[in-house]
Amino acid sequence: MSHPTAQEQILDFVRGRYPQAEIDAAQDIFALGFVNSLFAMELVMHVEKTFGVTIPNEELRIDNFRTATAMAGLVARLSPTVAAA
Amino acid sequence: MSLIGVIGAGVMGVGVAQNLAQTGHDVVLVDKDETTLSDALAAVARNTRMSRLMGGPALDVDEVLARITTAVGAAGAAKCDLVIENVTEDWETKRQVYETLDAACGPDTVFVVNTSAIPITKVGSVTARPDKVIGVHFMNPVPAKPAVELIPGVHTSEETVRRTRDLLTAMGKRSVDVKDSCGFISNRVLMLTVNEAAYLVHEGVADAESVDEVFRSCFGHPMGPLETADLIGVDTILYSVEVLYEHYADSKYRPCPLLKQMTDAGLHGRKSGRGFYTYATN
Repeated sequence: MSHPTAQEQILDFVRGRYPQAEIDAAQDIFALGFVNSLFAMELVMHVEKTFGVTIPNEELRIDNFRTATAMAGLVARLSPTVAAA
Repeated sequence: MSLIGVIGAGVMGVGVAQNLAQTGHDVVLVDKDETTLSDALAAVARNTRMSRLMGGPALDVDEVLARITTAVGAAGAAKCDLVIENVTEDWETKRQVYETLDAACGPDTVFVVNTSAIPITKVGSVTARPDKVIGVHFMNPVPAKPAVELIPGVHTSEETVRRTRDLLTAMGKRSVDVKDSCGFISNRVLMLTVNEAAYLVHEGVADAESVDEVFRSCFGHPMGPLETADLIGVDTILYSVEVLYEHYADSKYRPCPLLKQMTDAGLHGRKSGRGFYTYATN
């Protein structure tokens, strides 16, 4: 498995929560109009639990969670082995 | 800086304690058992960490936690100058807490009732200090919301209003004044809306996503009523609707059976991981 797997997994999670929206990996989910900042908190918990990483406080910025690509990039930075495994 | 008591370490108590601590207040957080308190501190730590992500200031988790001590039982707030009570919206529970607080606290301690529906004058009546009892309806998530409803009871003194307003200002909150009336402004309207939205799902007229979609996309609300119910807590919504129903003796507040069933089933919303929607929890 490679980098896109983390991205796909994250995308599945986002799509599962917002089945009515068409979301691709590059879509800014907070720009969709119906995703609020509370979902950002869920994304943090989901990413940490799924990929076994702890996101340091300085990385807890909304820009890291806007797209599945950005989140997968964050996972890759925090845990290269998980993302590339 | 004086010590502020926060009674009830549920969703609201956690938010109030965090808001107080991050604005430099020393807090004693009180609930009826140690497990609830340790879960509450974990929630404060988690929410404080997420502060910047949620549009708030970047916060030092250790600094915030260092300002919060905990105690089991309402008498743990005995040394506080002001107490903010956030227990379940159930009259019998609140009444017992106020009797304990009234006996334990000094005569000058102000009691702030954080309620979404219970009349403040009624709370004042079970204490020997109705002049020092005042209502503040905090919104959830507390640290993120810029305003509250401020509700003096019939006997609440000007001094109590002033002390409460000063604290709210220090917490970064504006207050909207409302006369004491069950449900105030917010919940007279919101609870009926959520209750009716639950009826739509209960009757199969539409699913939760569709109900919320209409509010977001057609009305421009940031959240729909059922997402809001999940955020507030489905059980809390039910209790609030029941309080309105009982107080006004008006059938328009009849609670939707779906809210009762979800409450019994433990589908309480975000805090339990599932309500009208399912959430990722940690």
